[in-house]
Amino acid sequence: MQNNTNKMKFLVPLISVFLGLLIGGIIMLISGYPPIEAYAALFEGIFGGSYYMGETIRQMSPLILSGLAVAFAFRTGLFNIGVEGQLLVGWLAAVYVGIFVDAPAIIHIPLAILAAGVAGALWGSVPGILKARFKVHEVITTIMMNYIALYSTNEIIRNFMLAPGERTENVKESASLASPFLQELTDNSTLHYGIIVAIVAAVIMWFLLWRTTLGYELRAVGFNQHASQYAGINVSKNIVLSMAISGAFAGIAGSMEGLGTYQYMTINAGFTGVGFDGIAVALLGANSAIGVILGAALFGGLKIGALNMQAMAGVPTELVGIVIALIIFFVACSYLVHWLMNRVNRGGKI
Amino acid sequence: MEYVIDMRNIRKEFPGIVANDDITLQVKKGEIHALLGENGAGKSTLMNVLFGLYEPEQGEIFVKGNKVVNNDPNIANSLGIGMVHQHFMLVDKFTVTENIILGKEPTKGGKVDLQTAAKEVQALSDQYGLRVDPYAKIEDISVGMQQRVEILKTLYRGADILIFDEPTAVLTPQEIIELIQIMKKLVNEGKSIILITHKLKEIMEVCDRCTVIRRGRGVGTVEVSDSNPDSLAAMMVGREVNFKVEKIDADPKEAVLKIKDLVVHDSRKVPAVNGLNLTVHAGEIVGIAGVDGNGQSELLEAITGLHKVHEGSIHLRDKEITNKSPRSVTENGLSHIPQDRHKHGLVLDFSVGENMVLQTYYQKPYSKSGILNFKPIFDKAKKLIEEYDVRTPDAYTPARALSGGNQQKAIIAREVDRDPDFLIAAQPTRGLDVGAIEFIHSKLIEQRDNGKAVLLVSFELDEIINVSDRIAVMYEGKIVAIVNPKETTEQELGLLMAGGKRGTVHAE
Repeated sequence: MQNNTNKMKFLVPLISVFLGLLIGGIIMLISGYPPIEAYAALFEGIFGGSYYMGETIRQMSPLILSGLAVAFAFRTGLFNIGVEGQLLVGWLAAVYVGIFVDAPAIIHIPLAILAAGVAGALWGSVPGILKARFKVHEVITTIMMNYIALYSTNEIIRNFMLAPGERTENVKESASLASPFLQELTDNSTLHYGIIVAIVAAVIMWFLLWRTTLGYELRAVGFNQHASQYAGINVSKNIVLSMAISGAFAGIAGSMEGLGTYQYMTINAGFTGVGFDGIAVALLGANSAIGVILGAALFGGLKIGALNMQAMAGVPTELVGIVIALIIFFVACSYLVHWLMNRVNRGGKI
Repeated sequence: MEYVIDMRNIRKEFPGIVANDDITLQVKKGEIHALLGENGAGKSTLMNVLFGLYEPEQGEIFVKGNKVVNNDPNIANSLGIGMVHQHFMLVDKFTVTENIILGKEPTKGGKVDLQTAAKEVQALSDQYGLRVDPYAKIEDISVGMQQRVEILKTLYRGADILIFDEPTAVLTPQEIIELIQIMKKLVNEGKSIILITHKLKEIMEVCDRCTVIRRGRGVGTVEVSDSNPDSLAAMMVGREVNFKVEKIDADPKEAVLKIKDLVVHDSRKVPAVNGLNLTVHAGEIVGIAGVDGNGQSELLEAITGLHKVHEGSIHLRDKEITNKSPRSVTENGLSHIPQDRHKHGLVLDFSVGENMVLQTYYQKPYSKSGILNFKPIFDKAKKLIEEYDVRTPDAYTPARALSGGNQQKAIIAREVDRDPDFLIAAQPTRGLDVGAIEFIHSKLIEQRDNGKAVLLVSFELDEIINVSDRIAVMYEGKIVAIVNPKETTEQELGLLMAGGKRGTVHAE
């Protein structure tokens, strides 16, 4: 039984990816695009050279972190839809420290990332406190907090940090995650050191959840508040803490953009989408640390490959959006995949 | 045709286990037929096979003489078989009528015809003496009434074979008496009944014949009039079962729990415990008898720190634990076998091993400076699993996968092993079979003999009388009488529980 469910954990996403690509191909056919060429270009655009690999890995870093944020909250029974907002305040905090603090890189970078984490944690703990104290559902409050984050960060940039081009100044070099070495290695991609931060964060999440008494408490509260309370665990404290830790991961995801990819923060007309992609990445990765990394790799790869697909095969990137949506759809209704697999299995026997 | 249900030599396998092995169940028209077996013996599997939810690997099923070939989940309905589930499937906010017609709504001009439906429900209710108000909302009626709504649901769908799954587990003694009358009435009106249970008393009282299964195998079918509780229990468990709880006289020592003038408000701010006094000594078991809802839950929650105390005090040995946190109460030497094992007793998605340290995970050797130490945790769990005979594949299995009796054994193992001064056991044997009950009673008495103070709360009067050394009768938030179990009867307790007085009773 146990083995079976473990096997399913891998099989469901794999089959979902396959089905997503298959149906995406059918949609291309109907729309008059050549699916085989398109997928060849997509594949080429992910694996076809060190530049593409570099871009994919760069794209993965914030996705891993926002996926971890969602997965961590989910493991403790909370649904954090506010990763987007926590990411934005983290981004701003990282850029602020990156611009206005003077320090050697060895201090400056960790300090800026820490600031992003703290900002995200504070932002995330507000819905946590509201839930713990007043039983307000975190889905509602986290969504609302996203809008507050978006417009507040824009307003702060506009009033205090504005540089030409609707954005802030660049962060100081001592705070930048950009790496000439990695760029050179990957044929001048925008790859930066952020991926190391993301992978370390994944290890931390795993360790925190599965190896510490804090993780034990958080998981217990997530599964059964009543039994946890009865056993002497402080349920309210754990709800707030869980949202804060989740928010910290999200905030650090923001620092990937601020210190790595862009080196600045723009006035955002709308959400970045990275926070919401985190929900899909966590879902795809079955809320485990390693799964989140794999899910982020798939997402990052598809998004980068889509650019090449448009350039080479003339298929619009939106089709990759459809494929991604289909994959999420199939993972979400894993029941459907189970049913399909049972049909196939039974057919095989007869 | 002799049998309304004739299941022959049924075999149903799941990966790794045979849930049903060569079971034959034959039910005559107009009888109440008991299906008896321990928790996890395969009763539910057999019923699911009958309902077409599982396809048996072997065997034949005839309903009213017709062979059932096509196994699909809706077949039971069309064959006139209805199930009264143990856990009711009702919509709280709907009325009785709305619940009954759900999925089979009569319509008039495109609208649900509630009036006609309500009349039909009323007629059915009158016919079988169910006394259900078709317009009452489910959330406003008692559990016993809700069960009758479930019965009506099957009757409304034209069932003439009714399956009752552990129907008395949730009922009060009075409601059980009424249910038994209803079942007899149903049979008199030509229905046939299968009663799934492990309560021997009920079988003796109401059933005509009884089919026993043990660990997935059919043991046999007997006429109830030719058997007795001892023989049925032996068939079910596979050995002689001791019903009379064996124990020596209590030797009470110093007071361990002292409750003075306790007042606890419930969620509506009404005093649920209202000036209660109680002392429990080391080396004795005090049983609290009372009808559900007389403040027992609030009392236990107040002692364990889950519920605020408004007035009065609670002392554990010399320490005051009034309004202390659950953790601090636990650390002061209290263990608690909670009434609802799924809600309070276990984190079902945790492994058995993780559940075994639910109160102690933060202490050495289970963790050190915030880092869990799995070896001692699972070593402990393995030891407890062996000692308390918790049947689980291993300590890493989720608690959810265990049968109810084994979940309860796991909780008892955890609570007793902490070596508390004071042990609360709330409904410790609810829903368990005789084998498990025997085990749990012996563990409680063992604790007492080791000089612990034990507080037992139960709605089963047999249990209270057999296990307790003193019985405290609780009524409207107070202890109204303390009686000696050797000198009392169920009738007398029943009277006291209903607020009656007795001259010879001294309230300490």
